[in-house]
Amino acid sequence: MSGVQSRVSPSPWVTSRATLVASWLRTRAVLREWTLPPTLKFSGLGRFGEVLGAQCLAPRETLIVMSHLKQQKVKMLEVQFVGDDDVLNHILDKEEEYLKNGCVASGGNKVYSFQTRKKPEKMAELAYEIAKTSGKSVPLICKNTEKMASTPQSSKKQSTSEKDQLKSDEKNEFLSTPYRLRKRLTAVSTFPSDTESEYSDSNSEDDKGIKQEEEKISEVLMDQKRLTKHSSLSSSSCKKVSAKKMKKDTTTDLVEEYFEAHSSSKVLTSDRTLQKLKRTKLDQQTLHNLLSKFSPPFSAELKQLNEQYERLFHKWMLQLHLGFNIVLYGLGSKKELLEKFRASMLQDSVHVVINGFFPGITVKSILNSITEEILEHMGTFRSVLDQLDWIINRFKDDSSLELFLLIHNLDSQMLRGDKSQQILGQLSSLPKIYLIASIDHINAPLMWDHSKQSLYNWLWYETTTYRPYTEETSYENSLLVQQCGTLALSSLIHVFRSLTPNARGIFRLLIKYQLENEENPSYIGLSFQDFYQQCREAFLVNSDLTLRAQLTEFRDHKLLRTKKGTDGVEYLLIPIDTGTLSDFLEKEDKEA
Amino acid sequence: MATSSVSKVSGRRGCVSGYAVDVPLAHSAPPPPAQLRPLPLPPALDGFFLSLCPRLVASSLAEGAEGWGSQGCFVFKPDFKRKKISFPIADYFNEGESLSEDSKLRFDTCQLLWQQMKSEAEELQEELNKNLFDKLIEFLEKSHLEFRKKSTNWNYQIKSREIPTAALVLGVNVTDHDLTFKGLTAMLRDTITPYVVSLQAKECPDVKHLLQKLASQVMGCHIDMESTEEEEEECVQLSQKKMHYSMAFLSTWYRNVTQKKGSESVNKKITSSSQWKKSPPIVIILKDIESFSTKVLQDFIIISSQYLHQLPIVLVLGIATSPIIIHRLLPHAVSFLCIELLQSLSCKEHLAKLLDKLLLTTRFPFKLNEKALQVLINIFLYHDFSVQNFIKGLQLAILEHFYSQPLSILCCDLPEVKRRIHSLSEDQCESIRRLPSFMRYVEKQTPEKQVASLTNERFLKEQTMRFLEELHIYHENFFIVLKCLHAFTSSLPKYPLGRQIRELYCACLEKNIWESQEYEPALQLLRMLAKDELMAILHKCVEVFRSSPGKQLGSTAEKLKEFLAQFQSLEETESNEEENGSGSQQKGLQKTDLYHLQKSLLEMKELRSSNKKQTKFEVQRDKVVDMIDNLVRKYLFPPDTQTLYEVVYFTGAHTLREHLNAAPRIALHTALNNPYHYLKNQALKSEDDSIPNVAPDICIAYKLHLECSRLINVVDWSEAFATVVTAAEETDPNSTASEEIKEIIHARFIRAVSELELLGFIKPTKQKTDHVARLTWGGC
Repeated sequence: MSGVQSRVSPSPWVTSRATLVASWLRTRAVLREWTLPPTLKFSGLGRFGEVLGAQCLAPRETLIVMSHLKQQKVKMLEVQFVGDDDVLNHILDKEEEYLKNGCVASGGNKVYSFQTRKKPEKMAELAYEIAKTSGKSVPLICKNTEKMASTPQSSKKQSTSEKDQLKSDEKNEFLSTPYRLRKRLTAVSTFPSDTESEYSDSNSEDDKGIKQEEEKISEVLMDQKRLTKHSSLSSSSCKKVSAKKMKKDTTTDLVEEYFEAHSSSKVLTSDRTLQKLKRTKLDQQTLHNLLSKFSPPFSAELKQLNEQYERLFHKWMLQLHLGFNIVLYGLGSKKELLEKFRASMLQDSVHVVINGFFPGITVKSILNSITEEILEHMGTFRSVLDQLDWIINRFKDDSSLELFLLIHNLDSQMLRGDKSQQILGQLSSLPKIYLIASIDHINAPLMWDHSKQSLYNWLWYETTTYRPYTEETSYENSLLVQQCGTLALSSLIHVFRSLTPNARGIFRLLIKYQLENEENPSYIGLSFQDFYQQCREAFLVNSDLTLRAQLTEFRDHKLLRTKKGTDGVEYLLIPIDTGTLSDFLEKEDKEA
Repeated sequence: MATSSVSKVSGRRGCVSGYAVDVPLAHSAPPPPAQLRPLPLPPALDGFFLSLCPRLVASSLAEGAEGWGSQGCFVFKPDFKRKKISFPIADYFNEGESLSEDSKLRFDTCQLLWQQMKSEAEELQEELNKNLFDKLIEFLEKSHLEFRKKSTNWNYQIKSREIPTAALVLGVNVTDHDLTFKGLTAMLRDTITPYVVSLQAKECPDVKHLLQKLASQVMGCHIDMESTEEEEEECVQLSQKKMHYSMAFLSTWYRNVTQKKGSESVNKKITSSSQWKKSPPIVIILKDIESFSTKVLQDFIIISSQYLHQLPIVLVLGIATSPIIIHRLLPHAVSFLCIELLQSLSCKEHLAKLLDKLLLTTRFPFKLNEKALQVLINIFLYHDFSVQNFIKGLQLAILEHFYSQPLSILCCDLPEVKRRIHSLSEDQCESIRRLPSFMRYVEKQTPEKQVASLTNERFLKEQTMRFLEELHIYHENFFIVLKCLHAFTSSLPKYPLGRQIRELYCACLEKNIWESQEYEPALQLLRMLAKDELMAILHKCVEVFRSSPGKQLGSTAEKLKEFLAQFQSLEETESNEEENGSGSQQKGLQKTDLYHLQKSLLEMKELRSSNKKQTKFEVQRDKVVDMIDNLVRKYLFPPDTQTLYEVVYFTGAHTLREHLNAAPRIALHTALNNPYHYLKNQALKSEDDSIPNVAPDICIAYKLHLECSRLINVVDWSEAFATVVTAAEETDPNSTASEEIKEIIHARFIRAVSELELLGFIKPTKQKTDHVARLTWGGC
């Protein structure tokens, strides 16, 4: 069969129809193809009708389209013949888009796939439904997470590819659509227009945007309604897609959905803030106190789970000695487990425990503790690489040396850099250095390329403990946790003591000025000129160059931040909260 | 406190100086002001600090390590005054129980076997590299001929701007390259020149570092070579000065050294071509050319080309991709290079050879079953093409086999097996009886024999010996026939039974190969082989028989030779016949027109089909194919049909996959989505894959966050969380008295959120107040 490519001048009918189709498809690529060029590409009239009908139109409407097209055909100026392949491709493209949008309509429920939907109300609803059925599982989520649920099985057989999952996806998409629609309808009806103001665009507080959004949603709803009516029809058309084509689709789907998710700048979320809720930020201390009152459930099961891992200790030792290194992954803090391992197996051997989650950890400090304390070397090294070479040589020369490295969170902020990993990898590749580490971040394995992986020579062990990450997160400054300031205070004192008396005076001046302006909400800092004047008067500096030199030192220790004001003047600010600062001053005064 | 006071030094130094050294790559959010906190305390302040942070104190005391939280590294040294008890590794082999003689023996067997296999693999590697190295040496000898002759003519001066360069195309399996280079360096040092320098891109961020490394390595070699003390001192002085290394410096040094050498007796190690003795070349190996920056390489090449008439430099470039990369990296400097391309063996062939040496042989008793082998091959094919990793997988398989299978003690050479069977304990006999394959065998026996093998220990031992011998013979035959079959099928169009022997081997391990779909078509294709092809294959088969040590299939080998002889004699007679036949045919065809031609052709066709008279060759060919078919049916049945196959076959494919090819994301996902998978509590069980509201906090928070798109409002999230959790605890959410409970729930929520942040699911954002951004997509 050879298709006919017809060039038709755009008629009002076509454009209006096209916008409707486009609004349903919601894909700009499609938009471009259907509305922008004055030529409308139809490949084979019969086929086209089928596709279109299958996609969105009722049979009667299809008929109209076809008849209309027939009329147009008489007036046609050009008739082009195109190859069968082009026709097929065109049809497949259409179906592809259709399928993809089908996915979107039913939520694109892949494990970490991309999503485009905006549904601010969804979470509350879900929570409500989970809560409603206490102690019992909630059937609602199953619809959303059919895909997710299938992963546990696939964790066993990773290679039982996405293809199967895709197929099953395809099937239940059409089953779940009516349900989805109902949800949508209720969702819209439960949020009448007066609550609209609660929801605003996250990036631009633009009312117009919201309205457009609403319109879009209602349009989508209409189309979905139509779709559900003819879902049987559409599913039949879907089956025509060859399996091979489908495979190709998944990748393009993912890519396009990613860009769709990230190009649209509008994300609809509610405007409520924590302040309205009168939930103040907790500091670490109260947080910890509160949590200690809560005992986690399932302690028996957790214990059982951990005992299971503890039985592996001997095997780990064996494998470490045979040249492998061990990495632990899985949900839950593995610190206690490793600590137990250390206590039970490593008592008679030299070992270093490294808290990767500690914000001040660096590879240099790790190497230092090896060279200074284990190899008892007092010299210094020009660079980290030199130090590494030296360690490697020592271990090569002295075969009696043995060292265990325990690294909690090898994937922490401070250690995940390429250079750090390279150095740690080289260390661990020494036959007499045994490394056992834990990782938590979902993307942690991305740190290692092939050559690093071969350096590490990992054996992977899954240890899902469900233990809270208490230590690991205590350094993380979560947005909900107020900084208690104790650590900041201690480091402040430490740095302060290493300063010259003049520098101390300078810093004290700045602190005092900042505390004086505590109440002023528009305080942006002390301008450099004013500060210089004050310092001069106190006989602390004699030129602005010396002052600048001092300020650089503060800045290096992150005790100072400079900011250009609107008038172009430099403003100096200490980025530490006032409570800590006043504590500090008090303490210093006492000492003096 | 003793340990912590020792360790503090390192922690502090690392923190103060460490900021600039290490900037985290991912999550490019600027370091928060809280970065201040890492700055630790002077020892005197420790107590003060700890008093401020009771929580940290509590946790640190609980864990028995002092000062937790103020630093990152803690060194623990055992008390050396107490005599150090050295633990043999074997202790860990037996789950820490008291070491029985049996498990020690098992561990020793395991180690011995692994060492043998490893050295075999290394030998193979050497052998495979030999070809490449020979070519390289040849190339080195050709280069710098003029330099050695000290010719001064003008032509040479012009030409000497070109650095002789060998480009080694080594393939994408970067992990294997190290071994190759190691071998190369050693070989060059032994045969050609002491001055071999190998450089890696990460050591050479700029030309200065590169030259420094180069000079120190060249002179370092020199120190190794010379044993006289004064020389050494001189060199040490040189290096201590930390001088400014440059090419000019290097060339003067080189001239000094070579002149001195010329008069002295030269090192005995270097025995090859005498002209090298006077001026050994400086071979510079750039291991990973792709990672070098263009500028560094370009500058280095231009500089060294200027010194080429003083320093005989030869470059060796290690290439993982394709030789085009040289031109892409060095658009200008490439004219200074005189490149010779050398290709190493492809990693697939390497693997095939390795399998042949390690698994398709009776030398090593250890075998992998189909699934385990498939796992290793899949990792090789779909992940890294690395032979080293394949060997690592094999090592793990051996270890796991000996660790988990108590009867693996019998997995050794036949003579050794005899000895060990005699000393089998009662428990071990019992575990033999419990083997599925042995039970299968017993069921088929007569009642008396059944009783005997289940009760009589001696009888059982005899039987075991017999079975293991049979297993050995089975393997001998299996591999010979497998290789023959592969010789036959590997050249067939479309490779119905696979192109590589590993595919055929896997198929044979899985089930009876003759029952597979592809077997019949393959045989049919074989029946259509041309004579020369068939003879080539037969030659190969004869070769297989000759190289195998066993004498089991002696008669078959004889038969093969017979066939070969017959084909050869056929060839002679047939060639005569063919001449006659073709001559007569031509005569017949010459005079006809088209119509007659068609007619006569039709007649001829009919004649042939009715007669179906086969030529002698066809008859012989069918015989050969039948013979192969018979051999296959007789010997190529899968190993699990053999009694006691469990002793030598490793079956834990899933352990291999779990430990070598793990999927951390999926594990995390399962744990968050389906806690019942790990915590076997009925309350967590759900038929329809949703999660109940009593699940761990982080699971609920995760589940709720899946409902959001890119941004999540923390307030909504927290309220949703509270709704779920209060429902689970069945408290009245409206009661005002439970303010404390609400606080606790909020705290739990905060913890769950920060844990999700640690796991990388969300991150704080400034796009909107009190919002977090999701870092994954989908989920609803």
